Amino acid sequence: MTAVRIPPTLRAEVGGERQVEAHGATVREVLEDLARRYPALEQHLFEDGEVAPFVNVYVGGEDVRTLDGLDTQVNGLPMILLPAMAGGR
Amino acid sequence: MATYRELLQQVKAAIDEVGAADARERLGDALFLDVREQDEWQEGALPGAVHVPRGQLESRIEGLVPDKGRELVVYCAGGSRSAFAAKSLGELGYANVTSLAGGFTDWKRNGFEIEVPRALSSEQRARYSRHLLIPEVGEAGQQKLLQSRVLLIGAGGLGSPASLYLAAAGVGTLGIVDADVVDDSNLQRQIVHSTDRLGEPKVLSAKRTLEGLNPDVEVRTYEERLTSENVERILGDGWDVIVDGADNFPTRYLVNDASVWHRIPVVHGSIYRFEGQVTVFNPFEGPCYRCLFPQPPPPELAPSCAEGGVLGVLPGIIGSLQASEALKLLLGIGDTLQGRLLLFDALAGTFDEVTVKRDAACPVCGEHPTITEYVDYVEFCAGVRP
Repeated sequence: MTAVRIPPTLRAEVGGERQVEAHGATVREVLEDLARRYPALEQHLFEDGEVAPFVNVYVGGEDVRTLDGLDTQVNGLPMILLPAMAGGR
Repeated sequence: MATYRELLQQVKAAIDEVGAADARERLGDALFLDVREQDEWQEGALPGAVHVPRGQLESRIEGLVPDKGRELVVYCAGGSRSAFAAKSLGELGYANVTSLAGGFTDWKRNGFEIEVPRALSSEQRARYSRHLLIPEVGEAGQQKLLQSRVLLIGAGGLGSPASLYLAAAGVGTLGIVDADVVDDSNLQRQIVHSTDRLGEPKVLSAKRTLEGLNPDVEVRTYEERLTSENVERILGDGWDVIVDGADNFPTRYLVNDASVWHRIPVVHGSIYRFEGQVTVFNPFEGPCYRCLFPQPPPPELAPSCAEGGVLGVLPGIIGSLQASEALKLLLGIGDTLQGRLLLFDALAGTFDEVTVKRDAACPVCGEHPTITEYVDYVEFCAGVRP
C-alpha cells in the first residue's frame, strides 16, 4: 500500500480526500490503480503514455521524471501528486 | 591589591603585543578586532576591522569568531583596553591573539590607511537593534540590507506580508509591480492595504504603508501589469532579488524567463485554499520555474484564488517565508530553498519538502535553450505550443 497525496485541485475527483491509498510496485501501477478506482483522475495523470507534463509526481520527495518515470519503483514510499499553482493574491 | 598600572603591566606581560608596522603586514590575513566604543569606531577604523565594544567582547566573540585558532589582532585607542581584551580572549581559548601596541592612535600617527565605517544613525541603531545583535546580520549585514533592492511582483496576498517584513527589515529599495486598485474583497488577507484605501491603486497604498512603517525605505511603484513589453524596462532598474507573488501563470513564466536572462534570483510563492508552496530559483545555480513545472496545467486544474478561495492567513505564512528567503539571499547567509520546494498545508498543519533539480533539457536554462526571447505567455499558458 502506498499513500498518495492528492492536490486540492484534484480532490473532487477522489471524493474530496486529501490522501488515498493505492496498490502497485511501480508509479505506473499505482497511478493505474488510482485511475481505475477514480476514473475522473485518469485524464489528469497520463498524456501520451507518460506522466502528464503539467503534473509532477514525487516518490519519497523525488520527482519521478528524474528517476525512472512511470517505471520508478515505489517501495512503499509516500507519493505526492502536484500540479503547479498560480495563486498569489 | 594591585593598582591599575600594576594590573596593566601584569596583563601586558601575559599577552603578545605587535607594533603598528608589523600589524600592517597582517592586514587581510588576521582578523582585526576593534574593541573601542561606538563613537570612536565611527570616527574611523582599520580597514576590514570588526567592531565589538570591550564591554560586549566576551558575550559576542564566540558568535562572531567560532574558530578559536583564527589569528586575531585586537586594538583600541592606545593599547590598554586591547591588552585586557587579549587576555580575556586567551582565557576563552583563542590561541592566536595579539594586541596592537599603541593602538589606533599609533597606527594613525604612522600614516597607515584607515576607513570610516558607514555608520548607522542612532535612530537606525535603535530601529535595527534586534538585527545588530544577531551575528549573521550585525552592522555589516544591516548596511547591506539598506543598500539592497527587491522587486515584488504583486501587492496582494503574498506581496503584502513580504513587503511589510522587507520594509521593516530595512531593505532600502522596494519595487512593486501591480496594476490593480484596492478592492474590499482584498482586505481579508492583503494586510498592506486598509479600508480607507478602497479604490486607491495598490502600489500607492502599499507605498504609503511601507514608507510609513520605515522611512529608510524608498518604494518605487510600477502601476502596470508585468508584460513582455515592459519587463525589460522594469528589470533594467536593477534588482538583487525578485519576490514573485503573481496570481496567474503567464506572469509566472514571464518572471521566470526574464529572471533567468537577467540572472536575478526569484523567491517563488503560491497559494490555494489551505495550501502553499515556496522555493528559490537561482538562475544557473539551481533549477528554474520551467525545470519544476515545464507546462502550466489546463485551466480546469488551475483555478485562481479569486475562483477557488484562500484562507486569509495562508498568504501571511507563505509571504513571510518568502521574505525570510529574500533576506537570506541578500545577506548571503543560511541554506536557501534553492533546489527544494516547501509545501505547507494549513489544514493538516504539515510542512513537506520535495527535491527540485535542474533540467538539462530546460528550454530556458538548459544546455540547449530553445526559448531565448519573450514569447506570448498568454498563448503559451493556454496550451498553444511555440
